[in-house]
Amino acid sequence: MLSPALLYTILLIVVVLGITLFIAMYSTYAERKVAAFMQDRVGPDRAGPFGIFQPVADGIKMFMKEEIIPDVSNKWLFILGPSIAMLTACMTSAVIPWGKGLTIGGTTFPMQITDVNIGILYIFGVVSIGVYGIMIGGWASNNKYSLLGALRASSQMISYEIAMGLSIIALIMMTGTLSLKEIVQQQAEGHWNIIYQPLGFLIFLVCAFAETNRTPFDLPECETELVGGYHTEYSSMKLGFYLFAEYINMFISSAVISTLYFGGYQMPFIARFVHDPNLLSILGTVFLFAKIFFFIFFFMWIRWTVPRFRYDQLMDLGWKKLIPLSILNIFLTGLIMWWMGNVK
Amino acid sequence: MQSLTNRSRVVVRKEMTFAEKIYIPAILAGLRITLKHFFKKSVTVRYPEEKRPFSAVYRGQHVLKRDEYGAECCTACGLCAVACPAEAITMVAAEREPGEEKLYREEKYAAIYEINMLRCIFCGLCEDACPKEAIFLTDRLVPAFNERGDFIYGKDKLVEPVDARIDISKRQTDAVKEFKTHKELRHNRLKEDLD
Repeated sequence: MLSPALLYTILLIVVVLGITLFIAMYSTYAERKVAAFMQDRVGPDRAGPFGIFQPVADGIKMFMKEEIIPDVSNKWLFILGPSIAMLTACMTSAVIPWGKGLTIGGTTFPMQITDVNIGILYIFGVVSIGVYGIMIGGWASNNKYSLLGALRASSQMISYEIAMGLSIIALIMMTGTLSLKEIVQQQAEGHWNIIYQPLGFLIFLVCAFAETNRTPFDLPECETELVGGYHTEYSSMKLGFYLFAEYINMFISSAVISTLYFGGYQMPFIARFVHDPNLLSILGTVFLFAKIFFFIFFFMWIRWTVPRFRYDQLMDLGWKKLIPLSILNIFLTGLIMWWMGNVK
Repeated sequence: MQSLTNRSRVVVRKEMTFAEKIYIPAILAGLRITLKHFFKKSVTVRYPEEKRPFSAVYRGQHVLKRDEYGAECCTACGLCAVACPAEAITMVAAEREPGEEKLYREEKYAAIYEINMLRCIFCGLCEDACPKEAIFLTDRLVPAFNERGDFIYGKDKLVEPVDARIDISKRQTDAVKEFKTHKELRHNRLKEDLD
């Protein structure tokens, strides 16, 4: 017999996973619609009203496609690649606090799967495993273009992870905790971290684009010089997994950005008007999702605005600009903290 | 040197200022432009539901006309086939039997009349060449098919039905009729007359 707490956790995992997949699914639709609107087009509008069944149609198409595993490939690694990409993309959502938690009949139901006290480290750990999905996929294909694509992708992701980690250090210095829940709680009443860490936020945002392989850093895939990139040899749903993982990553990084810099589920001023704690908690979750959707939109908005970097420019930006900037940010943060006298 | 137009510009490769180097103002300006387009009306024509108006003299699928009594006008003279630069038209002539006067206007008619729509370039020279006002191009589109054979249109598709006449009055204007009477123009003469 499972204990109620465990049962609730399993339920929450299923719900969060379901929501994550659902949002990622509709991100593909949103991407095409946003792209269309920004180019004065209509976008997909044939499957169902306004084309809302388009992702379903895409999914069916992906499953129906012929599945090809090249003879010369390493079969197990070939299958493992997209599995890792998908798994790591889904795992990150475990530590994100989706809401304050509901209190029903004296029992508190947290809206976070697990409040690990090193939540940020967990996210960074899982994200860096994500590189293996791409690397293994490119290597196992036994195709020079896939390998070159994988090399590019992994070196890009590893380079930007450094700047991303350094930009977070300044934030951790300020908050004094690695737990995402505590970071959110510290940002109550509009004291969002973006106000104290604008430079850190900017670096984090740029790195998030690079980590999710989104434009202007979408060098891992390129039809022009690498035939397709690390997933050249992939077909059917294995290709679908790689592409889908990108959208899940986009959703998760939007959630992480909202949590770290924009107060997560904290909603300023609303506590003065709404006094029911459960309602307040639900409103907070809605507000968090509003922020997440804005950032997903922002990812797409940037995609159709900024042209992609050349590879040397990408490395130049990562190593020569963002890393020194984030170190400067750490230094400035430390200086200001010392000057304000609140060094713990 | 004097420039031919006043549109030439001297390329200035000046050092970028700091604001330009960090690119953020430029990116923000770009974001503003794309956001403006986001709220603009789309220019798409949703084709099957919404069709663009055709020109009055659009040259689409051909029609073989019948006269006012319902008899086919075509006499299988072959001028259209001769005029056709794409060699898309073929026909087999036949003699009208007694009792078929209601079906064919003159003593000779086209037993088979085929246009290969894959060859046809819709130039309209067949229409110009026809001395009997029998073939016209219309504003109907030739659709796509899966088989090449489907593009060869026979009389079943080309001859207009008696009960569903196709309006060609836009093409057969008085000026056109008048032009066709000018037998002194090489264009409107038979080959025998030219010799």
